[in-house]
Amino acid sequence: MSHDHDHDDENALRAEALEALLTEKGLVQPALVDAIVQRYEQDIGPMNGARAVARAWVDPEYKQRLLSDAWQAIGELGVTTGPELTPIVVLENTPAVHNVVVCTLCSCYPSSVLGLPPTWYKSPPYRSRVVREPRVVLGEMGVDVAPDVEVRVWDSSAEVRYMVLPERPAGTDGWSEERLASLVTRDAMIGVARPGVGDA
Amino acid sequence: MPEAVLDWEGALSPPRRNGELVFDALWESRVFGLTMTLYEAGRFAWPEFRDRLIAEIAACGEDFHYWACWLRAFERLMADTGLCTRDAVDARVTVLAARPAGHDH
Repeated sequence: MSHDHDHDDENALRAEALEALLTEKGLVQPALVDAIVQRYEQDIGPMNGARAVARAWVDPEYKQRLLSDAWQAIGELGVTTGPELTPIVVLENTPAVHNVVVCTLCSCYPSSVLGLPPTWYKSPPYRSRVVREPRVVLGEMGVDVAPDVEVRVWDSSAEVRYMVLPERPAGTDGWSEERLASLVTRDAMIGVARPGVGDA
Repeated sequence: MPEAVLDWEGALSPPRRNGELVFDALWESRVFGLTMTLYEAGRFAWPEFRDRLIAEIAACGEDFHYWACWLRAFERLMADTGLCTRDAVDARVTVLAARPAGHDH
């Protein structure tokens, strides 16, 4: 334990020394390093999508905007979206409908809101099976959909991308948007998981 | 897209949780940020760093600490390109380590 700690201290000192020296040489500026780290964290992770979901859970009017014009609504959160702006459609899960997203042709994915796609999203078995037997695939991934709930499978493409708006979990009354957003996983916005308290 | 150069599968991919980058200590995110800042400024070509990262991870065996390997690869790259020599880093580490305990990070 203390052995690991010593290593960590040594690494921290070396990183600090490198940053100081590179800064003194004018090769980097600490504020720019901050901004770049933050950009990678946001671009790579699903936090933009999670924030939109949390806002929709607490603000019914925002939810309507998210469902009718997703880019406009996501832009309201201050998300800087790329120049490509492939149309994105947000699909609302309800007690009667469960949506799940796939790209049968390749791996189209709304990375500006969900970050990078998971490895399995690109796998041929997921891409073919979720269309043929969505309930079985969802069950294998830990989402049991009741027989009376309709499952809708949406095929992403170069023309349109999809993101699922999951149902707000029970037991989250009065939670802040930030706390709610922490429940919203990437998989929940693909439709292969449910956000749950204590299950983030 | 900024993530284009990073590897996202296999041993070279950075630790992630729920798809997001995971840093367990501040220094890990700083050395990542230094690397990407200099890369984006055109100070080195990505394979120059990637090759060194591969070598460090290979040298560590199964139980490697990803960001420690990244740090060593970055140090080597800085030394080899002359952007920051190992002697200079060692000297600065000595100075930083001599600060009294409880100094302000």
